[in-house]
Amino acid sequence: MTIHVDIVSAEQEVYSGLAEMLFAPAELGEVGIAPRHAPLITKLKPGEVRVKISDKESQEFYVSGGLLEVQPHVVTVLADTAIRAHDIDEAQALQAKARAEELLTDKSGKVDYARAQAQLAEAVMQLRTLERLRKRGS
Amino acid sequence: MAVGKEIRTKIASIKNTQKITRAMEMVAASKMRKTKDRMQATRPYSKKISQIINHLSHANPEYKHPYMIEREVKRVGIIVISSDRGLCGGLNANLFRTILNQMQQWNSRNIEIDICTVGGKAANFFSNINANVIGQVAKLGDTPHQIDVIGVIKIMLDAYESGSIDQLHVINNEFVNTMTQKPMMTQLLPVVAGDLEEDLSGHWDYLYEPGAKEVLDHLLQRYVESIVYQGLVENNACEQAARMVAMKSASDNAGNIIKELQLVYNKARQAAITQEISEIVAGAAAV
Repeated sequence: MTIHVDIVSAEQEVYSGLAEMLFAPAELGEVGIAPRHAPLITKLKPGEVRVKISDKESQEFYVSGGLLEVQPHVVTVLADTAIRAHDIDEAQALQAKARAEELLTDKSGKVDYARAQAQLAEAVMQLRTLERLRKRGS
Repeated sequence: MAVGKEIRTKIASIKNTQKITRAMEMVAASKMRKTKDRMQATRPYSKKISQIINHLSHANPEYKHPYMIEREVKRVGIIVISSDRGLCGGLNANLFRTILNQMQQWNSRNIEIDICTVGGKAANFFSNINANVIGQVAKLGDTPHQIDVIGVIKIMLDAYESGSIDQLHVINNEFVNTMTQKPMMTQLLPVVAGDLEEDLSGHWDYLYEPGAKEVLDHLLQRYVESIVYQGLVENNACEQAARMVAMKSASDNAGNIIKELQLVYNKARQAAITQEISEIVAGAAAV
């Protein structure tokens, strides 16, 4: 049994097709959506959305937050920015992480902590996605 | 030859105008391609989020978000999206005419109107007719960003939440094709239930994580933002298309005038030559 998955970001359609299952980083923890799931709307954290197309094939996308809507036969991911996981530039992710950490340690008081933490979480998730991809590749 | 000096200068000046309109036509054509791409790229998101909102309005939630509750309408808010620049045919004029008609209908029912304008032309127009403009943003250029319109949206959402307006509409030009653009008005708030593609009847509701209020706040705000932004990029594509068409017909008209003037000039020249010859012949015969 399959479920229709649509992933769109504000700038473009990222993925549209049938899948066996979808995994997404919901705000209260990772969720896996199988066909005939109950209707659900949840916010997403920065992280990896994985679309399991078949036993052998799956695709990953990076989202930096957004919304997930589930209907029994359709799942829609409204991503704030969904980049294909392969596209992430590792150097840039590291840089962003370094910048965010710098901001966190700099306790001069001028820094916007919530924002820095969000940046850090985002960078860490991008790196984790990349690591997982690399392990699978080698 | 002294014949038709005025005609020749006139032809030259029209040729210059034609050069300008032709250049503008070509610039608009290349910009249109880009703005059209942008419009199509953002369409899936706004389409999907509208679908979700539509599903939501057919659900039977325990928690009713204020944005989904119909109120008695005493005052409406409209966000008008126009172009920044002119020379694009009747694009803005048509849009404003539609709005004025709608405003008259509201006035006859004693409904007051608050307006937020996006784009310079709308700002000028509505301040000229002394409408109640409560927010405006202009000079967004050819690549507007969502962040540019968040200000006016915020003004309207706050007004809606505080109860000073009871409905929110957005009006922009819809891109039908290159030749046709038509004004389109969409009701944003309260959310209207549209037709469903699939059957979702029965008593059901979503599971909301973390909480219904939090999720719906987020979702509905995104919805309004994405529809307004979509309107903006669509209006941009309309502007370029309308300008391209307007400038093309201006170039064509200039061509016609040049042709007519050239004919008049040639006739005058021919008449002068004929007259001269007949004078010489008459002179020779007299000798």
